Amino acid sequence: MTKIIKSVVCPICGCLCDDLEVTVENNEIIKMKNGCAVCEAKMVHGYKSEERILEPHIRKDGKLVPVSMDEAINKAAQILTDSKYPLLFGWTSSASETQHVGVELAEELGSALDNCCSVCHGPSVMATQEIGIPTATLGQIRHRADLIVYWACNPWSSHPRHVERYTAFTDGRFEKSEFKDYVQKLKAKASQKKVAATIRRTQVRYQPSRPQSATVEAPPQTLAKAGRKMIVFDVMKTMTAEVADYFVKVEPNRDYEIFGAMRCLVNDQELDVDSVGGIPVDYLKEIADVMVNAEFGAIFFGLGLTQSIGRFRNVELAIALTRDLNRKTKFVVSPMRGHFNVTGANTVFAWQTGYPFALDFSQGYPQYNPGEFTAIDLLRREDNDATLVISADPGAHFPKSALQNMMKYPLITINPDWNAISRLGDVVFPTQWCGIEQAGTAYRMDSVAISLKKVVEAPKGVPTDEEILRRILEKVRTIKAQKTTKENKEPQKEEAPKKRRLKPQEENVKAEGD
Amino acid sequence: MDIAIKDGKIVKKVNESNAKIIDASGLTVMAGGVDIHSHIAGSEVNLGRMIRPDDHVKDVVKKTALTRSGTGYSIPSTYVTGYRYSKMGYTTVMNPSMAAMKAKHAHEELNDIPLIDKASFTLLGDWWFALENIAKGDLEECARLIAWMIRGTRSYAIKIVNPGGLESWGFGRNVHSLDDEVPNFCLTPRDIITGMAKVNTMLNMPHTIHLHTNNLGVPGNYKTTIDTMRALESVYQGDKPIGHITHIQFSSFAGDSWAHFKSGAEEIANYLNAHNHMTVDIGQVTFADTTTMTADGPFEFALYELGGHNKWVNSDVETEASGGIIPFHFKKKNAVNAIQWSIGLELSLMIKDPWKWFMTTDHPNGGPFFHYPRVFAWLYSRKAREATLKKCNKKAQKKSLLPTLDREYTLYELAIVTRAGTAKALGLKNKGHLGVGAEADVSIYNINPETTDIAQTYKPVRKAFGNAAYTIKDGEIVVKDAEIVATPPGRTMWLDVQTKEPCRIDEEMKRKFKEYWTIEFDNYPVTDHYIKVPEKITIKASV
Repeated sequence: MTKIIKSVVCPICGCLCDDLEVTVENNEIIKMKNGCAVCEAKMVHGYKSEERILEPHIRKDGKLVPVSMDEAINKAAQILTDSKYPLLFGWTSSASETQHVGVELAEELGSALDNCCSVCHGPSVMATQEIGIPTATLGQIRHRADLIVYWACNPWSSHPRHVERYTAFTDGRFEKSEFKDYVQKLKAKASQKKVAATIRRTQVRYQPSRPQSATVEAPPQTLAKAGRKMIVFDVMKTMTAEVADYFVKVEPNRDYEIFGAMRCLVNDQELDVDSVGGIPVDYLKEIADVMVNAEFGAIFFGLGLTQSIGRFRNVELAIALTRDLNRKTKFVVSPMRGHFNVTGANTVFAWQTGYPFALDFSQGYPQYNPGEFTAIDLLRREDNDATLVISADPGAHFPKSALQNMMKYPLITINPDWNAISRLGDVVFPTQWCGIEQAGTAYRMDSVAISLKKVVEAPKGVPTDEEILRRILEKVRTIKAQKTTKENKEPQKEEAPKKRRLKPQEENVKAEGD
Repeated sequence: MDIAIKDGKIVKKVNESNAKIIDASGLTVMAGGVDIHSHIAGSEVNLGRMIRPDDHVKDVVKKTALTRSGTGYSIPSTYVTGYRYSKMGYTTVMNPSMAAMKAKHAHEELNDIPLIDKASFTLLGDWWFALENIAKGDLEECARLIAWMIRGTRSYAIKIVNPGGLESWGFGRNVHSLDDEVPNFCLTPRDIITGMAKVNTMLNMPHTIHLHTNNLGVPGNYKTTIDTMRALESVYQGDKPIGHITHIQFSSFAGDSWAHFKSGAEEIANYLNAHNHMTVDIGQVTFADTTTMTADGPFEFALYELGGHNKWVNSDVETEASGGIIPFHFKKKNAVNAIQWSIGLELSLMIKDPWKWFMTTDHPNGGPFFHYPRVFAWLYSRKAREATLKKCNKKAQKKSLLPTLDREYTLYELAIVTRAGTAKALGLKNKGHLGVGAEADVSIYNINPETTDIAQTYKPVRKAFGNAAYTIKDGEIVVKDAEIVATPPGRTMWLDVQTKEPCRIDEEMKRKFKEYWTIEFDNYPVTDHYIKVPEKITIKASV
């Protein structure tokens, strides 16, 4: 039986495109319309991977062996309650309903709680906490922005539909798409190349190519045109830069200086140097003028700012520049959030605790300190003595020193497929693909909540991560209650039979742990 | 007198032999508090939480066997919000500013606020569909669209913020009077306000339009406020109020600049005393290190431009609204802040009829909601007012009208401005009173109304208001001696406004929808999934 499901939400990146048209046949996605290549890779092919975890596993004698769900839950709860200070990490590819249970579990355990934000846009959040942020939903940019700046990010590859849906190549109420211009430009460029090649081959003697002196091209005249313009600042010419009206090549790790210089220029100050971060000041001046003359400008920035030298200070200056520009025109700035629900993790954590990431509950109340409670820092100091990883793969992305410490202690993983971290786990749970097999809520990069859809049924016996967490939480509470009653009632003789009945179970669990 | 409660309602009589009896003799018993305007949930509120770790670290709440942990101060986390409201004897709170596009987020947060009933007002004053229809003069279609939106966002009332100003702010501009033209839309704020008031009447909404005026926070803006109220006179039909101006303190400034800043409270109060078509709430300043947040993006930018602020957030929402956040410390020694404090109280004391004005701090803008008992004390005790005024800026003291105002609120009047009046203005028939049939939301305070001179001994009374002896929610004791003893979830009220014919959702409309928003039509409305305990109220509209 074939059915077509419309308005499906894509569970990949922070764009959360919600106009996919998915064709399902025999509980399998066979075709997908409107989505990008990344989306197709996951929604049509990736989720069917042979690497799928289909049942819970526990490591016994160094090998992962399949066990029943009850056993895995008991074991996980036992690990977490035995641990003095566990770390719960991940969350960004789960629905906000799951994240919600996660905070409750962390609170119950008195554990550390962190999400992938600490290794991507954590510095952006910190910069926002320093000086705020003037931002807007993506539609506002679609309707009004006549200047779009991508700084240290490459949406053409990482958020493939960002340009097409929200910025330069989309029709808004007050600004129209620049796609046709872009096609014309491409054509012109192609014929330019042809002409140049012909001239070279037929007219000019062969000359070895010489390295050019200036690395940055001068601003093109078209930058002064009316209508939408796109500028890309990056350390290399990416696909996005190819599309842009103007590409500015930045020396690596010099963003902070460039923002500083731009702020000076926007605020009508003079600079005493010829170039900043490899860009001639005259060029920067022209860019600053284009920014001031824009009706509505938008800056999007990526990990190139948050993970290079300067980190959250880079972002702080990006925001400060936007703030200055607001005195002259209208400008907004927005981080290009990666995982489809990383914004949700920040949002859910914040409304329950006040803090977006890097949380700790060891004192009975939420504490926040990036650098102290962020996962990598915690692991490298070997502060925690058990880890639960959910919907993330630190196994593939964390530094070796952090992983080595993580492996010294029990590890519980909740992921749909056998990724690096699942293979390292002591208790490995299977789970559904959120947004494909499981419905829920995700927050777009501009923190608009969108409902993910369930398109196909999950394989039999594979639960949602929310259900797994709820069961672990319940079990943790029972174990804790048993511990306290045991402590309270030890001297009383009437309780003896109860204790005996509990004992074998406990021994079982211990034996499995060894 | 006895109050009997059965199945969550107040009834005439119950069988006393198997009933739980609370001895409230020598205590003050009131209906559960009803807050008409308090920003407790939503995208804006949460962004405020996120940018203020400095605010949370000084006010932490530990987990107990029954309650969840969290943080304060100016924007408490969701659970703490519920607990603190309940400890003050409040049982119903209106969340007054919800961008339609971000409604799901607001509802997810409201689900996490236990112990209180709540409802949200959708920001509709700058919604493109509404603006276009008002400009066209097609109010009936506008009404149908708004009915669809109220249902689709599971909301309770129409909220209008700086009408026309938010749309102008899309390109960094603002409107400065009722007759400025809104760019690109061929209409004025006056058209929006009167149009929306008419739509509100057509839809038979239980609450009036909830209005945040133009020029809020600008010296001399009391004139705009009076113009706004005058504009609504034409819509008034003589029976019930047709408009509610919220946090009017921020719209009652006189003087032509910040240097000559003074109170416009007298003019506003005189107007309100002479007319019956409006209600207002105050937005009292309580001198706290708080966080201002509003959908009025241009206002927050103007506030930022005044200087001295380290954080500024602006958050525009496509086709609908904008928003802004600035942490702000109201100080007694600052002349403007002290005058603002005075304006709030002058209004409260000079508006004669307590059914026309309600007590709010516009949480967290004027101060956090758990400062309400301090505001009560300023209302019922002249002594309390004088004690605070003495510590205020000298220039502000000279300008203040408070020394000339002798009025001291009685407990009855206090009950009106915090419960009965708000419930009436909101059209909540079963709240705000203790009559038979009312919901069994009761608060009991450790104040003996017969033996206590509340005006003289204002300090213990103030403490008692902050620490209810009992709070009863739907017949269940949730607070006893200022301790939370149960945590029921509380309901989310929303209106199912049924128009005679629904608005046309045809292909044309869907195409327009796709053009205006970046979310598909099917994915836009809030579904039942997002409301944990819903209370649907069905309204028959007259269009």
